[in-house]
Amino acid sequence: MEIAKDVCGNAAATICVGNCACSGGVQAAKPNPTEAKSVSAVIGKGTVNIEGCPPNADNMVATVVHYLLLGKLPACDDLGRPLFAYGYLIHDNCPRRGHFENDEFVKEFGDEGALKGWCLYKVGCKGPETYNNCPIIKWNQGTNWPIGAGHPCIGCSQPKFWDEMSPFYVQK
Amino acid sequence: MARVVVDPIPRIEGHLRIEVEIENGKVKDAWSSGTLFRGLEIILQGRDPRDAHLITQRSCGVCTLVHSLASVRAVEDALKITVPPNARIVRNLTHAAQNMHDHPVHFYQLCALDWVDVVSALKADPKKTADLSAAVSGRPQPKKYYEELKGKLKAFVDSGQLGPFANAYWGHPAYKLPPEANLMAVGHYLDNLRQQVHAAQMTAIWGAKNPHLQGHLPGGVTVLEQLNADRISEYLYKLKNQIAFIEEVYIPDVLAVAKFYKGWTKIGGNKNFLAYGDFPESEKEPESFYFPRGIIMDGKLQLVQVDPKKITEDVTHSWYENSEPLHPSVGVTKPLSGDALKGAIPDTKAKDGKYTWMKAPRYDGKAMEVGPLAQCLVSYVGGNKEIKDTVDGVLKKLEVGPEALFSTIGRIGARAIKCLINAKIAEKWTMDLIENIKKGDTKTFTSYKLDESTNGMGMGLNDVARGSLGHWVNIEKGKIKNYQQVVPSTWNLGPTDGKGQKGPVENALIGTPVADPKKPLEILRTVHSFDPCIACAVHVIDPKTNEVYKFRVS
Repeated sequence: MEIAKDVCGNAAATICVGNCACSGGVQAAKPNPTEAKSVSAVIGKGTVNIEGCPPNADNMVATVVHYLLLGKLPACDDLGRPLFAYGYLIHDNCPRRGHFENDEFVKEFGDEGALKGWCLYKVGCKGPETYNNCPIIKWNQGTNWPIGAGHPCIGCSQPKFWDEMSPFYVQK
Repeated sequence: MARVVVDPIPRIEGHLRIEVEIENGKVKDAWSSGTLFRGLEIILQGRDPRDAHLITQRSCGVCTLVHSLASVRAVEDALKITVPPNARIVRNLTHAAQNMHDHPVHFYQLCALDWVDVVSALKADPKKTADLSAAVSGRPQPKKYYEELKGKLKAFVDSGQLGPFANAYWGHPAYKLPPEANLMAVGHYLDNLRQQVHAAQMTAIWGAKNPHLQGHLPGGVTVLEQLNADRISEYLYKLKNQIAFIEEVYIPDVLAVAKFYKGWTKIGGNKNFLAYGDFPESEKEPESFYFPRGIIMDGKLQLVQVDPKKITEDVTHSWYENSEPLHPSVGVTKPLSGDALKGAIPDTKAKDGKYTWMKAPRYDGKAMEVGPLAQCLVSYVGGNKEIKDTVDGVLKKLEVGPEALFSTIGRIGARAIKCLINAKIAEKWTMDLIENIKKGDTKTFTSYKLDESTNGMGMGLNDVARGSLGHWVNIEKGKIKNYQQVVPSTWNLGPTDGKGQKGPVENALIGTPVADPKKPLEILRTVHSFDPCIACAVHVIDPKTNEVYKFRVS
């Protein structure tokens, strides 16, 4: 904590990478046995937050490149997350949104709906409440993303998602 | 007599402190400390058992999916669920992909700089390096390549910002490779940085992303719609590419290191090994494990059976309230805090001094080494022909007997061998998946009931990149009542127990030559050979207390 206060004190920018640095992470989940905190809570200043567990490296690199090229940090939301990546809900860009609108839901993993790639809302998908650009840039150089693998979004770029988005397989 | 402390140990995962006592140029005694505690088992209590694998996976972003695997198996064991064959295969394919990514990264990015002198590479002759690569490497490069590489390395070093090469022991007398071998190895270090990107993508094909796969859950795997020609051929393509890298670059480099450092086949060995075994090829576990389950005792190449009931954890030298050694499923240990914790400063001097957040797992009261070496040794006598033939081939090439396996180099070599065999068998499993789909079987999930009436106790035993991993879960009224993880690095890097028996890394360090106590390169060699993952290794269960725990990051 002393190191964080020292290093971040006069830094031109403090960019937190991942849910642990941005909002405390898995160890801060109830009951937070070690009183884990976010970096900004420790240093008493706002930080740019590349949220997510894991965070998408592309978003982190893009933020740094933005600063290097344009001399300033990108516009962020009130949680410090750059809007270019976190300015819209997963739900807004999900390729399965059409199924959501058509009431075509997976009721249980492995059912007809799962085979047809239907909406995962009823098996716990937190896409409607989660801000991130996973459907657009995906993961591992565009290889795949959770919904693409048939698994609901767990809301990992929202602060305190371990408590507020769980149980992960139950519709909120 | 000199006491040397290396804290933190660099180029590992997690927070590790190693203290040694040096006498007459050799390590006389050693103490291994895990220096960070997070309390994941406490966090799991009261939660939906299906969520456990997502939380435990965050034990570590390096091993990542292995905890998901152990967790879903523990819950499936508790709820008596058998997953469909395709789910079993897909899990094997992602697990194999994890190993194919993890082992080369360990060798090049974490381990290689103990044996490769980067600064010496600057003195290499590019033509001679090209000749060397043609002679020993499966992927030789021409003189021009090494001229450019040398230039790139020089520019990097001249910049003054050495990055991953900073603060090291360049020029240490224990480095034995000629400059050309060093330059060739540096080239491969950089090659693997690029290659591991592709290896990581293999996991993402079935598991959504890497790190933190999101495609398992109790009952099976979620991928169903994507069990198609596009995805399968993508996996196969990347698999073949990765196998080529392992065969042409990784294995020859490990052999080259072993040849130049043959003395290290006599340093850093242990005698007892535990492998839970893994990669089921049918519903029958552990009988169908491709890497079998077993134990090697006292250095004897004879298979001994594993009885999970004989596992206990000792806390004599750990920052927990004292108790007799307990089985993980019934542990009631409590972490110390306040005055009793004494600021969590390791006490390696007092007879019962506490010096780590790690407990000391023991099997039948004995310290056991786990990991790829354990897996190879057990496979060697346990009927895995591919492992036996490959190990015999390597021993013959190096002109050493099987006793060479019980060493620091043995560990590094075994990791490479296991990686190769695991990669090759994954191709067969992909074909098995294709056969199932052709027959019309696309099932990847088994339904089950989970509600307030659900009770059960289960365990998930896996043998993963760093060794034997166990998760124990107790479900009551549909929620997690208790959860325990005993991970490979706890076995390997845990402390001395109440009977004075050293942990595996502590024991392995004894007798290690140290040329310069201020530059303990030799200690790093043995510690790194275990591939420590300390974020996973520290754990506790404490169902009752609500106390705030103090911890100290060293």
